[in-house]
Amino acid sequence: MASYTTNDFRSGLKFMLDGEPVSIVENNFVRPGKGQAFAKTKVLFLLTGRIVEKTFKSGESFKSADVMETDMEYLYADGEFWHFMDSATFEQVAADAKAVGENAKWLTEQDTCMLTLFNGMPILVSPPNFVVQEVTETDPGLKGDTSGSGGKPATLASGAVVRVPLFVQIGEKIKVDTRNGEYVSRA
Amino acid sequence: MSAKVNNLKNKLIKRSGFINRTRQFFEQRTVLEVDTSLLRECSVTDPYMSAFKVSNTLGKHCGFLQTSPEYAMKKLICAGSGDIFQLSKMFRADECGPMHAAEFTMLEWYRVGFELDQLIDEVCEYIQQMLGSRECQKLSYREAFITHLDIDPYSISKAQLAAEATQILGELPEDLLFDNYLTLLFSEKVETQFKPQLITVINEFPASQASLAKTKLSNGIQIAERFEVYCEGMELANGFDELTDAKVQLLRFEQDNQLRKQFGHELIDIDDGFIESLILGLPQCSGVALGIDRLMMIEQSAQHINDVLLS
Repeated sequence: MASYTTNDFRSGLKFMLDGEPVSIVENNFVRPGKGQAFAKTKVLFLLTGRIVEKTFKSGESFKSADVMETDMEYLYADGEFWHFMDSATFEQVAADAKAVGENAKWLTEQDTCMLTLFNGMPILVSPPNFVVQEVTETDPGLKGDTSGSGGKPATLASGAVVRVPLFVQIGEKIKVDTRNGEYVSRA
Repeated sequence: MSAKVNNLKNKLIKRSGFINRTRQFFEQRTVLEVDTSLLRECSVTDPYMSAFKVSNTLGKHCGFLQTSPEYAMKKLICAGSGDIFQLSKMFRADECGPMHAAEFTMLEWYRVGFELDQLIDEVCEYIQQMLGSRECQKLSYREAFITHLDIDPYSISKAQLAAEATQILGELPEDLLFDNYLTLLFSEKVETQFKPQLITVINEFPASQASLAKTKLSNGIQIAERFEVYCEGMELANGFDELTDAKVQLLRFEQDNQLRKQFGHELIDIDDGFIESLILGLPQCSGVALGIDRLMMIEQSAQHINDVLLS
């Protein structure tokens, strides 16, 4: 397996640290006048999402992490796992609640999501930037009101709650930005 | 002419002007320009320096690209050169970042008979001539640590220092030497607090960081006759009242190699020719090395050293 030294550090580089896969978020080369050189970094622990400030001795080496990002189609949830399929090979993987986390509420069947796999197992599921979902519950609101003053909460098919303009009705499909959870338009 | 060509021309003119003004500065002071070899048989024992080892296409070892012209220049002074300066490329493997490049230009000069404070004044004058008028402030290493971090580097224990450094900087390698906690804290949390527009001179470094400087007792503490100069958040120069005692110098080189062994780094042959020159006699002198590319970065408001280099 490939190995890296601190000289290879750059944002996004993934390697093994204390048995866990990490990704470099930020890296600075520090070389005090006559002292030892260091790589002063922020690393993201991919399994927990924790970001830690960590300083390494320049030249220290690490094993690369078998981490890859791949697009997969979301199939269904069985109550315990969320199932995804590689649409080229039809290979399927199951992601647990830890990998899906908060993003569960955006998963829409047949959408293409980005999965981060570590040793072939999903550790992170990122939904597309925009999803289209049906409104299953919302107050009727006033007909003809298009002022959009504040809007109202609406529950979507996946369970997510989004603020929508007053004219949006139950049964309509809407487009939502998953990065900030905001309503974009009617779909 | 395209904007791209204009930018390049501007960069060339600025760089060339800088070099010309540097030469004039030393000509006015009758300091002689020298150009010592960049490929020499020996390198430095400095435990944290990594030099390029050069071999020919048949794999035969030919020497090292020099990380500093210091030994070669001091040999000239031992031979009676008097005041000299050198403006040349230097090479340090494994150094790269916004303020570091493996190949860079160094300005190094020596003044025979100068006390450290005289040289500090001259360095400030040079920087002021290059960058325009700027105020200078001078403080000791200890004052800087106490003012900016409330840590006294001479009374704190290693365990306390390690704990403080970890609290301030996050997770650190476990087995650092005392001085490396200091240098790391200094570069990350002390020098970053100097007012950028000022020329800040730090003197009286701990004796353990003397390198090739003399040491002396000051208020009961052993300190090194060494200074560093900072401006706009960058270290620009490092100077010494040069160590002239061959025996002490040899001992320091041997200690360097012991550290190299401890770190698992390759041992470097001690430059016997340099030690022999010291035995013949180095007159009392003060010398300084200044990273001229960084000075150009300040002049051109560049964020990255590559913006001023002609690579």
